[in-house]
Order: sequence, then structure tokens, then C-alpha cells
Amino acid sequence: MYAFTYHRPDTARKAANLIGKVEDAKFLAGGMTLLPTMKQRLAAPAGLIDLTTVEELRGVEMKGRNLVIGAMTRHFDVANSALVKEKIPALADLAGMIGDPAVRHRGTIGGSVANNDPAADYPSACLALGATIITNKRKLPADEFFTGLFETALEEGELVTKISFPVPNRAAYEKFRNPASRYAIVGVFVAKKGKEVRVAVTGAGANGVFRAAKYEAALTARFHPKGLDGLTPFPAEGLNSDIHADAEYRAHLITVMTRRAVSKALGK
Amino acid sequence: MPKVSMTVNSKAVSRDVDPRTLLVQFLREELRLTGTHVGCDTSQCGCCVVHVNGAAIKSCTALALSLDGADVTTIEGLAHEGVLHPMQEAFRENHGLQCGFCTPGMIMSAVDIVNRKGSDLDEATIRHELEGNICRCTGYHNIVKAIADGAQKMGATAHAAAAE
Repeated sequence: MYAFTYHRPDTARKAANLIGKVEDAKFLAGGMTLLPTMKQRLAAPAGLIDLTTVEELRGVEMKGRNLVIGAMTRHFDVANSALVKEKIPALADLAGMIGDPAVRHRGTIGGSVANNDPAADYPSACLALGATIITNKRKLPADEFFTGLFETALEEGELVTKISFPVPNRAAYEKFRNPASRYAIVGVFVAKKGKEVRVAVTGAGANGVFRAAKYEAALTARFHPKGLDGLTPFPAEGLNSDIHADAEYRAHLITVMTRRAVSKALGK
Repeated sequence: MPKVSMTVNSKAVSRDVDPRTLLVQFLREELRLTGTHVGCDTSQCGCCVVHVNGAAIKSCTALALSLDGADVTTIEGLAHEGVLHPMQEAFRENHGLQCGFCTPGMIMSAVDIVNRKGSDLDEATIRHELEGNICRCTGYHNIVKAIADGAQKMGATAHAAAAE
């Protein structure tokens, strides 16, 4: 790890001020990605703005019809929140599938979303649930937020403060995990709100998380695993191929995980 | 260099550190508490698990400075006055180790599992909860047995303490 200066603000406003003042600085949330990346010297920020003590960024609450989760809320706390389990159990379920217990005690929802790892879990929930990513400057719909591999619409120094999830009628997440890293080889989040069904796929896309429009249409017509019957196989174009799974296999998994997620959402 | 203060195994400690200092380096190199091991150094293997404010974390992937003011327990903090913690005793009795390198992390994770899930643990739960700890020699079987046994012992100890 290269040397950096360390800053530990106690409010989001101070954090945002610091990132403007400290040259080449990065926010540090749970550190589950940034610290390993810095150890490998793949990232070498000259300053770290540690968000550990920014209390206002933590917590879960209902605002109107939306479940709002603070960016520094840890995976363990989302997975075990009575409110999340009541309003969007699929989200608690997803949080409980990230990494391992020790990782869930540190990693945060805001860190995951801002990092936009192509195999991370939360981006799929944000897309499928039609979440709004709230920053210190503006509100961004998830559809505009995730722009590519490790790329988001965040501007330099912009801080994710909260994520607001509209409560769906039904939702579920199914993940085919890499047994070593526990990242998604393919993860599918399915959500039904009113008549609209949204299907978001993580782990598979060469360009990061994406929505499966054809499956959304089919499941809007019939929200049942059999709703996908008779469709042409999911195309392998644009999907990842690596040592863990080739594009054809990932395409196959998308269909399987989507069916499983729909079954789970229906309580089957 | 910035100063970090925390409570480690019930003792207040304070040191000036390079901001790059990881919690595991702080424990091992500054405090000479070398029971916490570094295995993979990439938060996969779990040899470095310690408790921070009552929750198991991987100390190779946290800055010491981030944990200023925290309450940390390491493997050295489990035994009391020469008497092994019930989970340590269970690992000894069930031969839950071979080379022992992963054992401190296994035991710290095991205690964390019991703290979260109670003392009646079935095998599937233990294996699932233990996925962040890697052992390269035992094949896990005796570790799982040790944790189930240790969990029962911890439950009995807590029960006895409550009855006193």
C-alpha cells in the first residue's frame, strides 16, 4: 500500500468538503474492496476520507412508501433489519448472501453501489427495484446510475448518502455464486410492482449490471417460471467469459436464476 | 503520525501509527499479539478474524485508524486466568486442528457464530457460517464437531453464570 493522508470527518458535509480539499482523495466506506485494491497497488489515493464515524449515513427507515437505507449501513445490518425483512425481504436476503459473516460486518451498501463491481449483488437490487441513489448533490434513478464496469454516474467527489427503494409487491434474488470469492457468477433480482416486472442481472454482463428486457416483458405477461417457456435461449453476446464460466454458460444461468427467483418471489 | 487508541482484550492501548497500518499489523507488530494470523491477506481465509465491538471482522482488511475508540478482542483475550474458553477447550477435545494456523480465526469466528445464533447449532448452519474461514489440513470435519460442542459448552457456561 502506498502512503496516504487519513481524514475522519463526523458529518457528510465535512466529508464532502474534505474530498474537495485533499488532493487525489477517495472516500473509504467499509473498505472491503478499496483496501485490498490499495494493498495490490491497483489504487493509490493520496488521501482517504474515512466515513466510519459519519452517523447520519447509517440506518434504515420508511419515508412515505420507500425504504431508505443509509449508505454506510453494513450488509449485516440490512440482512438483520426487522424493517427491511418486513418491507423488502428479498433485499435482506440478498444482503445476507454477500461475502461471509466477517465481510458482512464491514461492507456497506453505499460502498457496493458506488463501486459497481460487475459481480456485486446490490446493483441488481437497485435496478430491479427501481431505486433512487441519493447523493450529497442530487437524486439519480438506478437506470441512469450504473454506467459500466466499475463506472457510475457519480461525479468527482460526489458522495452517495442514501438509497431509496420503492416497496415492491413481490421480489426475490437468486445467485449462482463463485464458491471461492462468493461473488455472483450470475445473480438475478426479480421485482414485481403493480403490473410492471423488472429483471436485473449481475455477474454476467461484460458491461456490468443490466436489465433483461425480454424477460421483463414475458414475466409482465405472466409472472410465473413458466412465463419464460417457449422463449429463444438467452443470447450469450455481451456476456462475460472467464475461467469461472463462459458466456454460453452464463446465458444459461440467467434463465435458470430468473426462473428460480420468480418461484421464490411467488413463495414456492 | 496520527494517534490511534482502542481497547484490546480489556486493556486501553494507544500508539502513533502510519495511516497504512492494518488492524492485524497493529495487533501483531505494535502490541505483539501474534495469535492473530495473516493467511491470505485478501480477506478470504479468515486466519485474522478478531472481534470489533462484538462482531467478527477480518483484521487484515481494516485500517487501525478506522477502529479508533473500538473494543477489540483477539484470541489472546478469550482464556481467563489460565482457563481456556469453552470454544478453545472444545477445539482441543475434538482435535479441531492439525497445523493450527487457521485455528485462532476459526475460534474467533466460532464464538461470533454462537453469539449471533445461540448454542444449538446444526452442522449445516456451522458449515454455512464458516465459509469465510479456510483450513488447508483438517477437511473441516473436526472443526465443525468442535464448534457444535463448544457452542453447547458456551451455552452451559452462560446458563451456570446466570444461575449464580
